[in-house]
Amino acid sequence: MSFDDWILALHVLSAFAFVAGMVTFWVLIVAVRRTDTPEGTIRMEPVVKVGNAAVGIGAGGTIVLGIWLAFSVGGYDIWDGWIIAAIVLWLVGVAVGQRTANAYMQGMNKAQELQAAGQTGPSSELLALNRTQNGVLFHGLASVVVVLILVLMIWKPGA
Amino acid sequence: MTSVIAAVRPDSWNFPLFVHVLGAMILVGGLLTGTSVLAFARGEARFLRLGYWTLLAVALPGYIVMRIGAEWSFVRQGWDDLPDDAVPVWIDIGYIVADAGALLFLIALIVGGIGIRRLRHEKGAGLLKAAMVLALVVLAAAVVAVWAMSGKPD
Repeated sequence: MSFDDWILALHVLSAFAFVAGMVTFWVLIVAVRRTDTPEGTIRMEPVVKVGNAAVGIGAGGTIVLGIWLAFSVGGYDIWDGWIIAAIVLWLVGVAVGQRTANAYMQGMNKAQELQAAGQTGPSSELLALNRTQNGVLFHGLASVVVVLILVLMIWKPGA
Repeated sequence: MTSVIAAVRPDSWNFPLFVHVLGAMILVGGLLTGTSVLAFARGEARFLRLGYWTLLAVALPGYIVMRIGAEWSFVRQGWDDLPDDAVPVWIDIGYIVADAGALLFLIALIVGGIGIRRLRHEKGAGLLKAAMVLALVVLAAAVVAVWAMSGKPD
């Protein structure tokens, strides 16, 4: 395997990490919808960290190694339409993903606040925050964006 | 070599490949999430169930979609017309991981399923831990397969 082959393999592995993190957050979104206690919400935190690590490594790896490949591999250029479209979608995905995180952090922050105040029982306010419609919408949008990037990477329109 | 690997494929190859890769990504996501939830469950039934159901309802459908896409791509790209010894190593690695992984994953789901049934009697956490270890092995093998399929070692 050449150096570029390794970079391509790591680029694809990063894409898998990115999507794996997205899947983790879908599972957490479903799980947290029935969670109305501070303890139950806070218990999700270690898995949230796994999802964050996967998305962080995946997002960073795909963009850095992808740009490297655009410059290094013959036949492609950074200004090719499908590569520019993928970079724009990546930026949109990261921005929307940040909004998803903000929406769900409200529930996590509320849970920590309630626990610190000694309120360990069910809370309708916490349940409402955990069921954020904006969070679902943003994560759905980010997922569509990631699938579109995958479509671009496979079809390479215009290449 | 990479210029060959990353070359534009015939259009007819793209959709089967998309199905294969998307399924594999969902499989890896389901395995990562399921094992993470089981690892952090600390014996709590709610989390043990969530981890197991993630393996069953996310990773298993991902595997099926990945495998359908794999066979579709294999035929569409004409690898089935070649003698076995002419099929590249990276495809062999993919098949070995997919077949052995399927067996291990099936055992993990059966063992975990028994564990879930025993949770009603406040038992079964050990079986779910065993399912988690098996799923982790499948996850590690899947990472090797992704490396082989994308890097295409000689």
